[in-house]
Amino acid sequence: MKKKVTLWYEFFKGVWDINPAFKQILGTCPTLAVTVSAINGIAMALATTFVLVFSSLIISLVRKLIPSQVRIAAYIVIIASFVTIVDMVMKAQFQELSKALGPFIPLIVVNCIILGRAEAFASKNTPFRSILDALGNGAGFLLALFVIGSIRELLGSRTILGFQLLPNSYDPMIVMILPAGAFLTFGLLMGFANAYAIRKNKKATETNIFKYKLEREKLNATEV
Amino acid sequence: MELIIIFISASIVNNFVLSLFLGICPFIGVSNKFSSAVSMGLATTFVMVITAMVSWLLYFKLLLPFHLTFLQIPSFILVIAALVQFVEMVIKKVSQPLYRALGIFLPLITTNCAILGLALLLVMRDYSFVESIVFGLGSGAGFILALSIMAGIREELELRDVPKAFQGAPITLIVAGILALAFMGFAGMI
Repeated sequence: MKKKVTLWYEFFKGVWDINPAFKQILGTCPTLAVTVSAINGIAMALATTFVLVFSSLIISLVRKLIPSQVRIAAYIVIIASFVTIVDMVMKAQFQELSKALGPFIPLIVVNCIILGRAEAFASKNTPFRSILDALGNGAGFLLALFVIGSIRELLGSRTILGFQLLPNSYDPMIVMILPAGAFLTFGLLMGFANAYAIRKNKKATETNIFKYKLEREKLNATEV
Repeated sequence: MELIIIFISASIVNNFVLSLFLGICPFIGVSNKFSSAVSMGLATTFVMVITAMVSWLLYFKLLLPFHLTFLQIPSFILVIAALVQFVEMVIKKVSQPLYRALGIFLPLITTNCAILGLALLLVMRDYSFVESIVFGLGSGAGFILALSIMAGIREELELRDVPKAFQGAPITLIVAGILALAFMGFAGMI
């Protein structure tokens, strides 16, 4: 059997073409809430990726055992177990981060990215491809959170990841580290991403996704 | 007095949507029309108050005495999912008009992070039973407030010429940012 969808695109589509934060607009709450600094964003994205990868793996492994009527409940229990693991590890090992992220670590349970990938991908595909897909989406989420976190940290407190990049003569824009700054930064970035997509490679991306869907259907048909 | 402070803090000063970033998905998703925004807000408030009561009882009367607090996340999410289903059935039986008005919004509430966030926050802040109920009410009121203001603005925005790249979610986020700035004015109240 020939596999047309390259494993690379299985991974890469999550990073750009269907980036969870900018293109699918999923997981908005943590994206806005934890990006006060770049390090918080990275920690949140890594925690989410961990849960995403392992729940995708498990869901993909048991996808043929779960009756479809109760699948959502089953997914949520699987996801909740991994979130509990992350929450406990964070509390034990990284107390400061855990405090900074507050209720948003337990709230990974209701992060739509994870349930979305479970429903749209892991429940229909082989474990290996599901892990790649989860890693890709996690990487896309990481990229989004890191970019937003860096911008807010740079403009709001002159630093990125704790290194001072702007001179003391620059007056920090306090608004950037307040809730309002999160909305503004995310909205503007999303708008610019759209503008870029419209101008440059709208067609390319669409054909990419279209081709991908076509191949996907063929693949699913042959795998059954 | 304590209760009034909790109510005002939850509804206005620390508004769930605009300063705690909980429940952003419905905030962006269903704030197109004023009427559906209000329905969604009411349904959410309803579930919030019941969740506040049930999760308080669950945590402080069951999980804590039996040292099962590590089951907090799975048990909360299951209780909320069951609760939403139950509320849906009760409303369907008791009041048909209300059921039709809330319609598809009820099942969506399960994955609204404001609900789980509420349950987690009231445990974190160690509220008493009555305080939890007031907290639920206040958060719900704040949610309705934010959602209906946003819906009003977006209805106006429909008639404006927004650049193509910014239509939809981006302009909504920017408006929300300005709204959050306005809400910061309440910060000194408490």
